Amino acid sequence: MPYLLPVFYGIVIVLVLPLLAGYIVLLERKVMADMQARLGPMRVGPHGLLQPIADALKLLIKEGIIPAQADRWIFLAAPLVSVTMALLAYAALPFGPVFQIADLDIGLLFILAISSLGVYGIVLGGWASNSHFSLLGAMRSAAQLVSYETAAGLALVSALLLGGSLSMKSLVEAQDQAGAWFIFFAPCGFFIYLVASIAETNRAPFDLPEAESELVAGYMTEYSGFRWSLYFLAEYANMIVVAGIATTLFLGGWLRPLASFHGHILGTPIEILDIFPVIVFLGIGGYCFWRAPRQPVQIQKLVMVLFGGLFLVLAMVMFGSLFVPAAMPGIHGAFWFIAKVLVYLYAFLWFRFTFPRYRFDQLMKLGWQFLIPLALTNVLGVGVAQVLRQQLGWNAFAAFGLTLLATMGVAAWLITLGDRRDRLAAAAPAGGD
Amino acid sequence: MTDTHIERVPGVSSTVLGADEIILNMGPQHPSTHGVLRVKLKLDGERVVESECIIGYLHRGVEKIAEHRSYQQFAPYVDRMDYVAAVSNGLGYCEAVEKLLGAEAPIRARVVRTILTELQRIASHLVWLGTHALDIGALTPVFYCFREREEILKIFEKYCGARLTTHAFRIGGLQYETYDGFEEEVKRFCVDFEHKIDEYSTLLTENRIWVGRTKGVGILSAEDAIALGVSGPVLRASGVAWDIRKAMPYAAYDLYKFEIPTAPSGDTYDRYIVRMEEMRQSRLICLQAIENIPAGPIMARIGKVLKPPPGEVYHSIEAPKGELGYYIVSDGSTQPYRVRVRPPSFINLQAFDRMARGSLVADVVAIIGTIDIVLGEVDR
Amino acid sequence: MGTAPIALQYGFFYFFAGLAILCAILMVCGRNVVHSAIFLIGSLLATAGIYLQLTAEFLFIVQVILYVGGIMVLFVFVIMLVNLDVASRQRQFNKQVWLAVLLTIVLGGELGLMTHVDGSIFNSVNAPQALPANTNEVATALFQTYMLPFEIASIMLLVAMVGAVLMAKRRGA
Repeated sequence: MPYLLPVFYGIVIVLVLPLLAGYIVLLERKVMADMQARLGPMRVGPHGLLQPIADALKLLIKEGIIPAQADRWIFLAAPLVSVTMALLAYAALPFGPVFQIADLDIGLLFILAISSLGVYGIVLGGWASNSHFSLLGAMRSAAQLVSYETAAGLALVSALLLGGSLSMKSLVEAQDQAGAWFIFFAPCGFFIYLVASIAETNRAPFDLPEAESELVAGYMTEYSGFRWSLYFLAEYANMIVVAGIATTLFLGGWLRPLASFHGHILGTPIEILDIFPVIVFLGIGGYCFWRAPRQPVQIQKLVMVLFGGLFLVLAMVMFGSLFVPAAMPGIHGAFWFIAKVLVYLYAFLWFRFTFPRYRFDQLMKLGWQFLIPLALTNVLGVGVAQVLRQQLGWNAFAAFGLTLLATMGVAAWLITLGDRRDRLAAAAPAGGD
Repeated sequence: MTDTHIERVPGVSSTVLGADEIILNMGPQHPSTHGVLRVKLKLDGERVVESECIIGYLHRGVEKIAEHRSYQQFAPYVDRMDYVAAVSNGLGYCEAVEKLLGAEAPIRARVVRTILTELQRIASHLVWLGTHALDIGALTPVFYCFREREEILKIFEKYCGARLTTHAFRIGGLQYETYDGFEEEVKRFCVDFEHKIDEYSTLLTENRIWVGRTKGVGILSAEDAIALGVSGPVLRASGVAWDIRKAMPYAAYDLYKFEIPTAPSGDTYDRYIVRMEEMRQSRLICLQAIENIPAGPIMARIGKVLKPPPGEVYHSIEAPKGELGYYIVSDGSTQPYRVRVRPPSFINLQAFDRMARGSLVADVVAIIGTIDIVLGEVDR
Repeated sequence: MGTAPIALQYGFFYFFAGLAILCAILMVCGRNVVHSAIFLIGSLLATAGIYLQLTAEFLFIVQVILYVGGIMVLFVFVIMLVNLDVASRQRQFNKQVWLAVLLTIVLGGELGLMTHVDGSIFNSVNAPQALPANTNEVATALFQTYMLPFEIASIMLLVAMVGAVLMAKRRGA
């Protein structure tokens, strides 16, 4: 039956994703702690490895409070909308050449459509809270999402010009054929998408609606317990989705870095660079075993050994699949995809703990007056570069290098324009806004 | 949880947004008011039209208590006012009573007092920097700042046994000699600290987002600052080069070379620059003082029971937050007749309305942070 | 959906069609404006589902992105920002209900007559089992065959946008 496998993948995604989102939260807390000269969660499980499970249990048993005057049905439905949209986007995301629920012809548009539907979860949540300032916060959040969606879409268009199709799978195959990831052809597009995706997922420095030290409450304020955790899950699932999109379009999807380098280990059909996943997992497993005796509590030692065993099993899977040519692209492809997504997410985490927060009007200015003109220029530039390359036979370096210079020039001009406008606005007495 | 609610302006529907002026209450419990401060803002859409600070949630009647304690007994109470910079409070009080007695602490005591007060200035500015950055959204500097502050608090603990409410000084000098290794530890701290300030600077000073959030926000002109009686870094950031350590030197400040940082525009960014530079200057003072702590007695000969002659004195010092003044009236007995504290945060907070008018709601948090208030001092 | 079993095709169609009609009725009959907006969203999504069934995937996705993700978001924003207390206290049902019922009966009677006389006009035309790649077709139509009307429409929309922003600014200032 042709529908069995996609349904199975769908069930796996829905079951695995909350756990995965929980571990991304743990990763964020550990990375945050590392950047802030401290350790992060250490108690629940060795090095806090069981913390997400404890958090999930706590949120599940917490009391769910519904405000008295709230619109009950919308209050209950809003987080469901958010989570549904977040999970639905995984239908078109290719985790490997094999692991994809549906290879839609319009895969990229599908994911963009789902992101634009996610706005409803926020707006309805703010409305249903029956609080003047929750509504205001929700409106702001929605306005932010809508503004940066345009920039994100335009940035993706530049990758589409290079790929030639909307299907996610064929975009990765186009990068395989082009010999280099699209980030090397359109780095400006990647940069614009990076910034826009941070704003799309309400992450710092664009997290004004969620910040607790600001005056205007956000849309999540009135939610507690399980419903709040649904919003939280939706946010982190969204993060993984945008990381997946960026990986697929700009970072080569499931392609190994230097995919066209086929140097083999002497005498074997194994390529040198394919040993890398095996080494990574062996390394992590070995580290887990090495740290196990140093854990303070007996149960933590056990859990550390278990995690070490898990990584060793993964290493063996990676190694074994090298000899099974049917399974190898799937499994190794999934590894590289997840690795790239994690790198992209690490950038998200890094930005959160480095930069202060933008004020709302500065945020909107950035989206409309800098990113959208820059994205338009980028699309124009990549189109021109394609024409130069395909019809006039220019070298790829020259064509795309020229585009890059032109786009960076436009960016510099936009920045100076913005600064001059800000200086004039600061000098003039503040009139009505 | 943020405590916000709106007083409905009578006759206007509650779902009308932005059409009329609404009053927003930033309640006494709020993550960004640095204590129990209540701010009532009248908003016209996004802009603040008028603001009112309601204080008194931390009033403990310290000045009244002073009338029923002897001069030495009151000394621990002053630490609890500006609890972030307790050593400075102690310095101001001890010097004021010494002035009343007509005594002067010996030179060794004055030098050690200077070192400890400058360390306390750095610690206070570190707290300010961490919390201010946290309010604006930078989550990391607070941890770095508190890591450095930990070193200073360790020095205090080794010296006088307490980290926060130190009661480090006594009327007439010091009670404790500096411990073995005091000079080395202070020197090591000062040498390391330069790199650390550079670290904070790298994170914030040239950061576009930081500059965007702080430049042009909460501007206070020099005339307004002087008219409102503002002092300390807030005054210096508005362009007025007034520092009591230079104008009316006390303790051992006339022995050392240091600069008074000022900045031209009086916005939040300038106050940030001024305080960062002050930390560097404090470090320089400590390094100079540590080189040569004169030998000698640490306590003046003033006797155990203090009965200052009837009279009054006003003595002020440059506390980290501004001019901290003590006006003490003595009636000849062992207990003061009146102790009036001039808290810098209280006077500086009055400039809040001037700074906040016309600014956006999102900037109010930055403005409160930039004045650097401690409610213990504001309310006493 | 050309190769799916016939029962599944019918099932999906009746599901989407029923959902669309139900949502439309609920939207019209609801008292709460926000609920009506949500039902309209439901109706539009169900219509998009029907497009997808006809293998017009580009039309499906554009319906979702533009109609539901754009226009309805605008509707919802306006509903939530506008003073609703007055509107929600107004009577939602007007006094011309009997005229409406009469017109409905007349229309229903006409439809019944048409079906009775010659029911074949409601037979579905043989829809193609699967359309060619939608996006390419639409792109060819827009940018090659109907380029001029497309450009004119773009300029009109641009003028409308700029005009709206200008008018809003002038009113606010």
